[in-house]
Amino acid sequence: MKLARILTEFLRGLGEATLFLFTIVAALPQALLRPRLVVQQLYMIGMLSLVIIAISGSFIGAVLALQGYRTLSQFGASSALGVVVAFGVIRELGPVVTALLYAGRAGSSLAAEIGLMKATDQLSGMEMMAVDPIRRVIAPRFLAGVIAMPLLGSIFSLMAIGLAGGYLIGVLVLGVDDGSYWSQIHQSLHPRDIGESLLKSLVFGVAVNWIALYQGYHAAPNSEGVSRATTSTVVVSSLVVLALDFVLTSFMFR
Amino acid sequence: MTPTGQDTLVRVRGLRFAFGPRLIYDGVDMDIARGKVTAIMGPSGTGKTTLLRLIGGQWRPQAGTVEFDGVDVHRQSRDQLFELRKRMGMLFQNGALLTDLTVFENVAFPLREHSGLPDRMIRDVVLMKLEAVGLRGAAGLYPEEISGGMARRVALARAIALEPALVMYDEPFTGQDPISMGVLMRLIRTLNEALGLTAILVSHDVQEVLSISDYAYVIAGGKVLAHGTPEAIRTSQSEMVRQFLDGKPDGPVAFNYKTSRSYAAELLGDGAA
Repeated sequence: MKLARILTEFLRGLGEATLFLFTIVAALPQALLRPRLVVQQLYMIGMLSLVIIAISGSFIGAVLALQGYRTLSQFGASSALGVVVAFGVIRELGPVVTALLYAGRAGSSLAAEIGLMKATDQLSGMEMMAVDPIRRVIAPRFLAGVIAMPLLGSIFSLMAIGLAGGYLIGVLVLGVDDGSYWSQIHQSLHPRDIGESLLKSLVFGVAVNWIALYQGYHAAPNSEGVSRATTSTVVVSSLVVLALDFVLTSFMFR
Repeated sequence: MTPTGQDTLVRVRGLRFAFGPRLIYDGVDMDIARGKVTAIMGPSGTGKTTLLRLIGGQWRPQAGTVEFDGVDVHRQSRDQLFELRKRMGMLFQNGALLTDLTVFENVAFPLREHSGLPDRMIRDVVLMKLEAVGLRGAAGLYPEEISGGMARRVALARAIALEPALVMYDEPFTGQDPISMGVLMRLIRTLNEALGLTAILVSHDVQEVLSISDYAYVIAGGKVLAHGTPEAIRTSQSEMVRQFLDGKPDGPVAFNYKTSRSYAAELLGDGAA
C-alpha cells in the first residue's frame, strides 16, 4: 500500500516535471528575443562557476597523469600518457565531473534563488504584474545553463589535458616527451570523441538545469522548502547525471 | 447601499473556495464600487489575502464567479488573464520587490515589460511615481537597503506604475510605525481621489481602515458578516461584528483553534480526561 503511494507520488512528480519542461521549452523563443537576460544568467551561472571547474579540471588531469604514468611506464608505454588522459577526460570525466560540480555550484544556487523568490512572493508579484515568471525568470536561466554546460565541460577538459593538468604533471614533472604527448592525442582522438563529449554535456545541462529549476519553482514557500529544494537538486541531479552517463556511453560504444 | 450596474468594477457571486478540507469561502457575494475605497476586514486566517488572489485570477474557486469590469476572471485564457492584470495592481504584504533590482528598476519593471515606452520616458514616469510615495531619493538603493515601510511604498509605486483601474492592498499597515502608517493611509486616499483608482483594502486594522474607506465588508467563517458604509459598520449591533470591532476575545468568533481534545486531557494525559 505504502509502495503504491510512493510510486503514484513519484509518477505524479515526474508528470508535473515533464509538463514544467514543456512549458519552459515553449517559452524559449521569447527568451531568445531578450538575449540580455540570457547573457546576464550566463555570467551568473556560467562565468561564476568557471573557477571551480578550472581548478577541478587541473587536479583531475594531474591525478590521471600520475596514475596513468605509473601503469604505462611498467609496459614502457609512457609516451601514450597523453592519450590516456585525453580519453579519460574527454569521454567521461570532463562532462560528468563538470555536471556534478555544476549541480553543486550553480544548480543549488538556482534552486535556492527560485525557491526564495517564490517564498517572498516575487513570482506571484510578477504574475500579478502580468509578467509570466516562466518566460521572464525560468526560461532565460534554463537556456543560459544549457549553453554554459558544454562550454564549462570544454574548459574542464582543456585544463585537465593541457595547461595545468596532465601536461604539467606528465611532461614537465614526470618527463614524458612533449611531442609524443600531443602527437599521440592528435592521432588517437577523433572529432567524434569531442562531439560525443559535447553531446553528453548538453544532455547533462538540460537535466541539471531542469531539475534545479523544477525543485526551486515547486519548493514549499518557506525556509524548510528552500532547503529541501537545494538538497534535492544536488542529490537528484548527481544520480541522474551518472545514470544518463551510463545510458549515453552504452549507446556511444555501439 | 451596495453599488450596482456600471458602478461595480469587481463583482463576486456565490464564491466557494477551499484548501483541501478547509473551507475558506462558502457562497460569498461582494461588489467593489468603481472609483471607491472598499475595505475587506476580518480576523486573521479568514482568507482575506485568498480573496485578492481569487480576484487576480491566481487561484480558481471551486464554485462561483469573479467578474472584473464585466469579464469573468476565471474563464479567461492565460494571455487574456494577463491582459486583465495589466489593469490591476497589487500591493503584497511584504512588498514582493525583486531583490536583484534597485528601487528604480523595480518601479520601472512593469513599464519595461508592457508599456513599450522609450527609456527616457520610463525614467520620468518612475521618478514621478517614486516622488508620489516620497522615495525619489532612494531610487538607487536595493530592497535590502530599505526598511519594511519603505519597501511597501516602493511596491505601491510599482503597483500604480501602469495606472491600473484597480489596486489591491494586502495588509498595507501591518508592522508599520505610526508615521509610515499615516503616510500610507494618506497615499491610498490621495491616489483614489487624484487618479480615480478603485481600491480594495484588506486589513484588520479596523479604525485606520474604516477612516479611509467608502464601503466595508466584514468577513469571518467563510461568510460576509456585514457590509455597509464605515458609519454603518461602526454602529452595527451584530454580535460578531461587535466582537471583531471591539477586539473581544470571547464571542461568536472563536479565538481558540478547533480541537477535539480537552485542555485537561492534553495536559495531564488521556487518563485524566
